Amino acid sequence: MINTKVNFCGVEFKNPIVTASGTFGFGMEYNQIVPIEEYGGFGAKGLTRYPRAGNKPPRIAETASGILNSVGLQNPGVEYFAESIMPILSGYDTHVIANMSGNTIEEYCEMAEILSDTDVALIEMNISCPNVKHGGLAFGTDPKVVNELTGEVKKHCRKPLVVKLSPNVTSIVEIAKAAEAGGADALSLINTLLGMKIDINTRRPVLKNNTGGLSGPAVKPVAVRMIYEVYNAVNLPIIGMGGVMNGADVIEMMLAGASLVALGTGLFAKPDLILSAKREIEEYMEHNNIDDINTLIGAAVMN
Amino acid sequence: MKKTENCKLVRKKEIAKGIFDFTVASEEIALNTQCGQFLHINCGDSTFLRRPISICDAQNGEVRFIFEVKGEGTSELSKKEEGDYIDILGPLGHGFEIKESVKNPVIIGGGIGVFPLYKLAKELKTADVFLGFRSKDRVVMEQEFEAEANMVIVGTDDGSYGYSGYIASAMEQYLNSHECDMIYSCGPMPMLRAVKKIAEERGIKCQLSLEQRMGCGIGACLVCSCETKNDGSEKYAKVCTNGPVFYSEEVTLND
Repeated sequence: MINTKVNFCGVEFKNPIVTASGTFGFGMEYNQIVPIEEYGGFGAKGLTRYPRAGNKPPRIAETASGILNSVGLQNPGVEYFAESIMPILSGYDTHVIANMSGNTIEEYCEMAEILSDTDVALIEMNISCPNVKHGGLAFGTDPKVVNELTGEVKKHCRKPLVVKLSPNVTSIVEIAKAAEAGGADALSLINTLLGMKIDINTRRPVLKNNTGGLSGPAVKPVAVRMIYEVYNAVNLPIIGMGGVMNGADVIEMMLAGASLVALGTGLFAKPDLILSAKREIEEYMEHNNIDDINTLIGAAVMN
Repeated sequence: MKKTENCKLVRKKEIAKGIFDFTVASEEIALNTQCGQFLHINCGDSTFLRRPISICDAQNGEVRFIFEVKGEGTSELSKKEEGDYIDILGPLGHGFEIKESVKNPVIIGGGIGVFPLYKLAKELKTADVFLGFRSKDRVVMEQEFEAEANMVIVGTDDGSYGYSGYIASAMEQYLNSHECDMIYSCGPMPMLRAVKKIAEERGIKCQLSLEQRMGCGIGACLVCSCETKNDGSEKYAKVCTNGPVFYSEEVTLND
């Protein structure tokens, strides 16, 4: 009997597969295709302190092996989530990872308070959204700001706090260390890579917002490298993500150092990806005589 | 539950240059389709995302969709041959509403926007139909609509066939002397804006089928948005699940 359970910040996940915030709505959409209980947990759509309309369309552009998006955090606000959405999700046998983005430190703290009073398992703090004008990426690229923000939010957060890191930095390790020093319980990485696509006929960017975040298989090697670097630099568990398309990709990220791995953009192409990924992971474990999936975490050996 | 299905391509025909008429076998999709809904299709390895393509007809275990080759995805899809299998998610979306109380429906379609209106015409049976195309060589499905409608007027922008000029103008003239209590439309954005204006000036209810670049197709990713008259997080609706069909008064059709 193989074990696929993973304990993450004291929360037991029945398997290490979760989803990336922003690709999975509030769970009910993909629940029409595969029951959300098949996942260890899922990342809910990013929340802000107050409702947000998001950016003008087009919000998506296809690129080689991936997409650029500029949704701009369209969401009904944290209070609506806490009052009207989370009570429904509580009835499902899976963990909810809430995701929050703020314009100010105060907003992050208020959201942490509100979410701590719900049944969410983890709170993911997005300090790296590339698609909003205020806050967003600006918080996630300066180690001093990350340290101070994490420290303040921790005073208000009564759930494990996961800090989501941006790859749009010179040294992700510096940012990871700053989050750890600030008291983060875990890290998630990577958020999208800032990119642009220009239509050569109109000479304008395809995205109305001009720039957007790149995701999909195109970013996976960057994600694997960054997970490896961060895993070896800090003592915090990691949720790995970025272009996962199958079970092998989940295993690769775990070997690099991830304890949980999120599916995201890959779901748009393969909406039932969770089922094949789980099957492939079990086959890999059986084939390699691995009883416990936890032994894979950080087990990559460098040349 | 929704699921992806590998559907066999049973009939394929190029009905105009670069416009392909596909019929695939699927009992489940055929049984569950409402007119105005779409399929989210994996075109092959050349593109990452699925392509949303509207359903033209669905009956007797077969589903028909027609598309124009516009980019890499539709190009690869057009190379599928009869007997090949196509990975399809669907039917998806909120389609056209058919109300018993409507006595004089008008359908107006432009270009490749005529395809999702065909099943609607079949169900309405007595619609007055306006179909606009760029030029004579782009005119498609005229006879098929004639077999299902009260009346069909075909027009071309360049005047090379039928009514000469934009088809919305032909409909506007027609409405000056005929009753109409519901307009159904799909086509290019300038045409939809004209139809919305004509309908609202006359106080006629109007349903518009919209198009947008799409991600998941099921309402999870929020990329295929269209502007509505609402505020806050409701300002942008999801074309994939709130639509693709909207009442004209719900949407602004702004860029």
